[in-house]
Amino acid sequence: MNKLIEGRVFKFGDNINSDIIIPGRYLIHIDPDTLAAHAFEVLGDDYPERLRGFDILAAGRNFGCGSAREQAATALIGLGFRAVVAVSFARTFYRNAINAGLPIAECPALVEAVSEGDAVSIDLEAGAARAGDAVYEFPRVPGSVRRILEAGGLAAYLKAHHRE
Amino acid sequence: MGMTIAEKILARTSGSSSVSPGQIVDAFPDLVMSHTATWRSVDVMERVGATKLHDPDRIAIVLDHIAPAKTEKHAADQQRSREFARKYGIRKFYDVDAGIAHLVLMEAGHVAPGDLIVGTDSHCTIYGSLGALGTGIGYTEVASVWLTGKLWMKVPRTTRIDLSGRFGPGVYAKDLMLHLIGRLGADGCTYESVEFYGAPMSEMSVSERMTMTNLAMEMGVKCAFTPPDAKTEAYLAERLDGRAYAGIAADADAVFSRTVDVDLAALDPMVACPSQVDNVRAVGEVAGTRLDQVFLGSCANAKYEDLAVAARILDGKTIDPGVRFIITPGSRRIMLEAMRTGVLQTLIESGGTLTNPGCGACAGDGGVMADGEVSLSTANRNFLGRMGSRESRIYLSSPATAAASALTGVISDPREIV
Ligand code: SF4
Repeated sequence: MNKLIEGRVFKFGDNINSDIIIPGRYLIHIDPDTLAAHAFEVLGDDYPERLRGFDILAAGRNFGCGSAREQAATALIGLGFRAVVAVSFARTFYRNAINAGLPIAECPALVEAVSEGDAVSIDLEAGAARAGDAVYEFPRVPGSVRRILEAGGLAAYLKAHHRE
Repeated sequence: MGMTIAEKILARTSGSSSVSPGQIVDAFPDLVMSHTATWRSVDVMERVGATKLHDPDRIAIVLDHIAPAKTEKHAADQQRSREFARKYGIRKFYDVDAGIAHLVLMEAGHVAPGDLIVGTDSHCTIYGSLGALGTGIGYTEVASVWLTGKLWMKVPRTTRIDLSGRFGPGVYAKDLMLHLIGRLGADGCTYESVEFYGAPMSEMSVSERMTMTNLAMEMGVKCAFTPPDAKTEAYLAERLDGRAYAGIAADADAVFSRTVDVDLAALDPMVACPSQVDNVRAVGEVAGTRLDQVFLGSCANAKYEDLAVAARILDGKTIDPGVRFIITPGSRRIMLEAMRTGVLQTLIESGGTLTNPGCGACAGDGGVMADGEVSLSTANRNFLGRMGSRESRIYLSSPATAAASALTGVISDPREIV
């Protein structure tokens, strides 16, 4: 996992649920590219193409609420997002993102400050995000959990550390 | 300092004498459930290169979503889950005949007060109806628990919900929960535990408690509890097969982060409007909305009691010819009971279409909606595109409101029909 993530922001509002991120009928897939091809399609014909070319997703309150489907995190990875910043996350999405190796940060001030296309950098090690000249701090993921993220996700972590 | 139910369960399963909110513990769940997602966890296990399970007896598998298989891909995925269960000697394995995982596990006696249960489904919160901490996790995490027996968990804060008063006629636990979700919001209890108290609790049936702890998920909870009592014990006595359980209660000096009061007598039948569960109105405000489909199903409201409530309203009557009325009993046992008592006969005679037990239309399996169609469902989610076309709309209600609306073809107040 890269500890410094830089790129352009795409912005969503509040309560983006996991049925919107990836509809239930595609859960027979687990591969990021296939999932990405159908991500957010309920929002209209211009999705998911509209989301390509961005690096960081900024969202409002309760991002990823609803179903516990892990593919919500995988689909974002397939779309090319390398981090998600939100005002707040639903707990299952929070866990699933960590387990998929997708960095996340709860940083309401940053979300409020940025608009679509803005350049943002996120320093996971320092717990700080930068947009323009402003720096916004966020709580870092707890240490024991960060090891999963740093390994590239739970499957990679298990592969490296699990001994029978 | 005293502990709440969630704190006590996380303390026990992590081998700690006490825990407090915000703390992260390594907990050992008593049971890990996976449903149709099972093959994905099998896939992870194979990618990791692991071949030993921590404890096969702590694993339950129920094939409920998209069951029986609808495409070759589903069939192959189910086959993989079945073979896994056989190879590793998973005794708590239930195939496509059984019904919705949550209901099947409780009916089979696999859920007891004080248990910690995780599973590949957000509505695992329903196990709190029997005093167990149930919470949803992803399929990779399920594989991890299969292998290591444990997972990290954050100890949640606990909100206390104090009920008073009595439901008026035509008002049920579903209406209480829609009211609460509308009032507190879809993220009103994110990462929290919720415990329900108050005089009306002793009158609330186990089935109503299941609806409560199931729907609590839609406020973002990690887990929810209706504290065990004599009703819980009676339910368990028939099912646990002599298995001992410790029982669980919050300490008298447990610390709750806040208290929310609800007077049941003040509640109307409620409806969640498209396309967020917290977009809630009293039924009167949306009465008259034209419907194409009514779905009586899901882990929230397709228990025997739910079917019986609908049958009482529909007895001897015929539904509106413009409506498709889909009935999907929550489990095989529920379906059998509803057969024995004549509830199914009543529902089918009224014009209903019976499907096999399972998730069915709730997960978009059968009963899919076309562009522009409107559905009233007894399930727990009305998200955009969840039951088919993104141009279709879903309303959520109690079984009574659903039955009354099937009769008229428009959203209707059950109090005006009964
Ligand atoms: S019935 Fe619906 S909400 Fe319940 S487990 Fe199945 S798909 Fe999920």
